[in-house]
Amino acid sequence: MANSNAVLIEASGLTRRYGPNIAVDNLSLTLRRGEILGLLGPNGAGKSTTMKMLTGNLAPTSGTVKINGVDLAARPKAAKQFLGYLPEQPPLHPECTVDEYLNFAASLHGVSGAKNRRAAVQRAKQSCGLTEMSTRLIGNLSKGFQQRVGLAQAIIHRPPVIVLDEPTVGLDPIQIREIRSLIKSLALEHSVILSSHILPEIMAVCTRVMIVNQGRVVFNESMQAMTEEAVPCVHLLLKNPPQTLSVAGATALRVLGNGRFEIEAAPGSDLREAIAAQAVQNGWGLLELKTQVRSLEEIFVSLTSGEAPELRKAA
Amino acid sequence: MTVTFAIARHEARRIFASPLAWSVLAIIQFILGMVFFLTLTQMAANPGMLNQTAGVSDYVSGSVYGFASILLLMVIPLLTMRLFAEDKKSGSLTLLTSAPASISEIVLGKYLGLMVFFAAVLFLLALMPLSLLGGTHLDLGRIAAGLLGSWLMMMAFGAAGLFMSTLTKEPVIAAMGGFGLLLVVWLLEALAYGGGLFAEVFRQLSLIGHFEKLRRGVFSTDDLAYYLLFTALFLWLSVQRLDLERN
Repeated sequence: MANSNAVLIEASGLTRRYGPNIAVDNLSLTLRRGEILGLLGPNGAGKSTTMKMLTGNLAPTSGTVKINGVDLAARPKAAKQFLGYLPEQPPLHPECTVDEYLNFAASLHGVSGAKNRRAAVQRAKQSCGLTEMSTRLIGNLSKGFQQRVGLAQAIIHRPPVIVLDEPTVGLDPIQIREIRSLIKSLALEHSVILSSHILPEIMAVCTRVMIVNQGRVVFNESMQAMTEEAVPCVHLLLKNPPQTLSVAGATALRVLGNGRFEIEAAPGSDLREAIAAQAVQNGWGLLELKTQVRSLEEIFVSLTSGEAPELRKAA
Repeated sequence: MTVTFAIARHEARRIFASPLAWSVLAIIQFILGMVFFLTLTQMAANPGMLNQTAGVSDYVSGSVYGFASILLLMVIPLLTMRLFAEDKKSGSLTLLTSAPASISEIVLGKYLGLMVFFAAVLFLLALMPLSLLGGTHLDLGRIAAGLLGSWLMMMAFGAAGLFMSTLTKEPVIAAMGGFGLLLVVWLLEALAYGGGLFAEVFRQLSLIGHFEKLRRGVFSTDDLAYYLLFTALFLWLSVQRLDLERN
């Protein structure tokens, strides 16, 4: 437990079939302490199925899941103690008050003793901004508050691993920001797996991104590596473009027409200053100059859109 | 085991938080109160009914508990329908299935929660004949047998209804299924009337025959065993069914 980057979830070779359909195909995943892993993919990519298997709600056709070193299939009760799970549909009991519900969730997850439970409920309510709602019926709360109750339920026993399936779906922009900052603050003590098909959400919250398409992992990279290793690309718009453009330090140069150019450089270098100086010197009439890193959106689109060529043709 | 009791306590709270439970209690009490009152007035009008072999307790507990069994047959599927079906529909069953609790603990917990409600029904059933204690001498053993019979019957009905609730996401279908299942098992007795090879088998399998003896004040272990086995069978089937859902 003391190990600061211990592996908390280790899934290997997860496969799930529904009859002839393969929802998840040979998916492997590791999550270390302190990480926020974003599971990204188009609708129906297998994100929810993966999360159901990781939390023991669905038995994989093949493959194993280990939570904090405990095999989920062999010792489900021991393994589930380390888990908190917020499914796509928050598992709420609308006829209960927030306190009643959270108190039950605490005892369900083995928080024993009325005093400990009260403390756990209090802490979870504080983390999720629910202290004012203690005696309200869950069924009468707004969607955003219900989502928070769901989140409070998942963290009530302070599990090392929190699995959140589309935690911000159906919320208004302010609530989304609040939930995001809550998730970030949770990651200080817990590890989080988060699924979403909203790209900015993953960019804003996660430390690592995993893109799933048609049940397979097609991309798995830490956010830091993505920004460090990204190839900087300079877009240029010139009023009087020269016949042949050459820039020192460029690794690739594309002519886009109408005075537009795209120039790629080695990772870590910035050509903008040199290009600007050159443009002034030669009287190119510099109108626009900007860098662009290959964004998550481009990666996502290039990796997941291959499945629908007919659709793109139609559009 | 602590998880089982936690689930039971919460389930009982949820049942009593729903208006359905209170309306069911009110309707049961109203109808049985009427039966009780009619039996008493009938007895008061014809004192000759009472003799050496049949006393007040026989008439009162016989008619009230006999009627209660039919009423419970109709009402219990309505109480059990939402146990799993509603949770499946709203997705809140995930709360239990992703918690460190085995499926048998979940089923048993929900069942025990239901038993808390049934205890309230039994309490009301006991109150009516016992209210006569002030005015007359009662055969308490006779009434106890009737109550035990009602309790065992509720246990069996509850288990069958709970099983039906694990089969579907729609509470109404669960209620209809539970009602149908109980009625079929109840009416197996009718098949026995025709005689034939399996007459005795049908008679033994029917819910009604075993209750009849207890209602008349005859306690025998085969009736007890019948209800306990019936209950255990359906709870086991429920566990199997929910386990299958994960795969």
